[in-house]
Amino acid sequence: MAERVAIVAAAQTKYHPDRSDVTEGELAYEAIEKVLQETGLTYADDGTGIDSSVTCSQDFWDGRTMSNLNIISYDGSHLSCEDKIAEDSTNAVYCAFGQILSGQHDIVLVVSHCKESQAEKSIIENAAFDPIFMRLLGFDFLTANALQATRYMYKYGVTAEQFAKVAVKNRGNAKNNPFAQEPMDITVGDVLRSKMLVDPIRLLDTKPTSDGACAMILAREEKARKLTAKPVWISGVSNCYETHYLGDRDLADCDALVSAARRAYDMAGITDPLREIDVAEISEEYSYQELLWMEGLGFCGRGEAGKLIDAGVTQMGGQLPVNPSGGMLSGNPTVVAGMARVAEAAQQLRGEAGDRQVPGAGVALTHGVTGFCGQHQCVVVLSNK
Amino acid sequence: MADKLEELESLVFAGKVDIPNTYSAGLVGSRFLIELRDNKKITGIKCPTCNRVYVPPRSTCKYCFGKLSEWVEVSNKGTLLTYAVAYQPSPVQPVEVPIAYGIVQLDGADTGLAHMLGEVDPEQLKVGMKVKAVFKVKKERVASILDIKYFKPLG
Repeated sequence: MAERVAIVAAAQTKYHPDRSDVTEGELAYEAIEKVLQETGLTYADDGTGIDSSVTCSQDFWDGRTMSNLNIISYDGSHLSCEDKIAEDSTNAVYCAFGQILSGQHDIVLVVSHCKESQAEKSIIENAAFDPIFMRLLGFDFLTANALQATRYMYKYGVTAEQFAKVAVKNRGNAKNNPFAQEPMDITVGDVLRSKMLVDPIRLLDTKPTSDGACAMILAREEKARKLTAKPVWISGVSNCYETHYLGDRDLADCDALVSAARRAYDMAGITDPLREIDVAEISEEYSYQELLWMEGLGFCGRGEAGKLIDAGVTQMGGQLPVNPSGGMLSGNPTVVAGMARVAEAAQQLRGEAGDRQVPGAGVALTHGVTGFCGQHQCVVVLSNK
Repeated sequence: MADKLEELESLVFAGKVDIPNTYSAGLVGSRFLIELRDNKKITGIKCPTCNRVYVPPRSTCKYCFGKLSEWVEVSNKGTLLTYAVAYQPSPVQPVEVPIAYGIVQLDGADTGLAHMLGEVDPEQLKVGMKVKAVFKVKKERVASILDIKYFKPLG
């Protein structure tokens, strides 16, 4: 790849259960303001400033069609080019990356926002299912994901205790993350005694309702080097869809993630992910997903992620710390979650992650997911070299 | 009026986007649903190239993208591939909790059918158990996936 694209600044709001004190645009601007201040950039399409914005939001959560209209006065899109992505926001990073590589734009602002507090989650999620064959059965992501968790446990012998260890690890890691919503000191027993929602998924296996936003500035290499002394390079990226219908695939496997990861690793020149990647931020909306996605990402063989959590490989200080931020389980809104992973990883690679810093981190894996049972998977590999 | 914005109450307005929708089942989907309603039969469609039988049927094969037209009747009995039991109520559920959900691979099909499970103690559910379809009575069948009431353990 001749041209390179860097993240030159990234910022998050603090994640919160209910930001009814702000509009979507005001919430987004809390993150946008930080990246504008950090870079000194403004909106300009004459080669001196931000010449495009990619926003990420979802109409059903915002309660209006063209949900990007909520933030056009806050992200500069009334002054320049704008595109909206309505999937997980890792795909917005992917889109901005492509805009720059195409030669069309030099400096792109990427913004994601969502206020989960303002809508009914199960109704929105139910509307994601095929209306004829699945929606009428009353599925939401929780019930569909519980089918996946059962199948994963059955096929590979992964246990509820191993899922609980993910919940304990990530909420503990969140104590070091000033943006995290729910840092917690909990035990495996606390998770296994928490309220059963949809067997085998319990309350502490799930993430809380969350409001928040994330903003990022991407630039082509020549511009990036002028904007920051610590550019974080996007070295590999890809995405992939699973089949939609729940019965069409073995839910214990995640072929779309395998496929997305393979392409992203090929681009980044990674052949042995567990050895070559220093830190991973993985979108685990449910505790079992961190283990299943680790397998899809090639950190271990199929069914072996339970052994990695047992051996402490993924905890802080382990060979591959996974979710030093606390992950989605500690509170990120859907839509924003993937960019939160990318922003956290960028901080890690700049050596600016404070108490959650993985010492010497040079290569990071970030991952975002849209929909139930890992419907759509996106992988972004970052490097500071 | 308060001098500082932070001292004001923050107003929040309730709203609801209420959009009547229709959804086309397509002719292939319609045939499947009409068979449920009229004959209590579960039908699939076979890809002649890949040899896969899809249930519910669809008009193209997702592997070879070929157009599908070879109908096959599959059994109303099959094997439970996975299950989950919802204890948490939600506004989208069609019946009261607890609801057992399952994915059933019917004999003669290569895919699983997602549905509810009934007449079973959740503790007794096991991946691999044999189940069979229980249909609603004729006057309650309306050519819907819910014309199958649920799947229950066989024997």
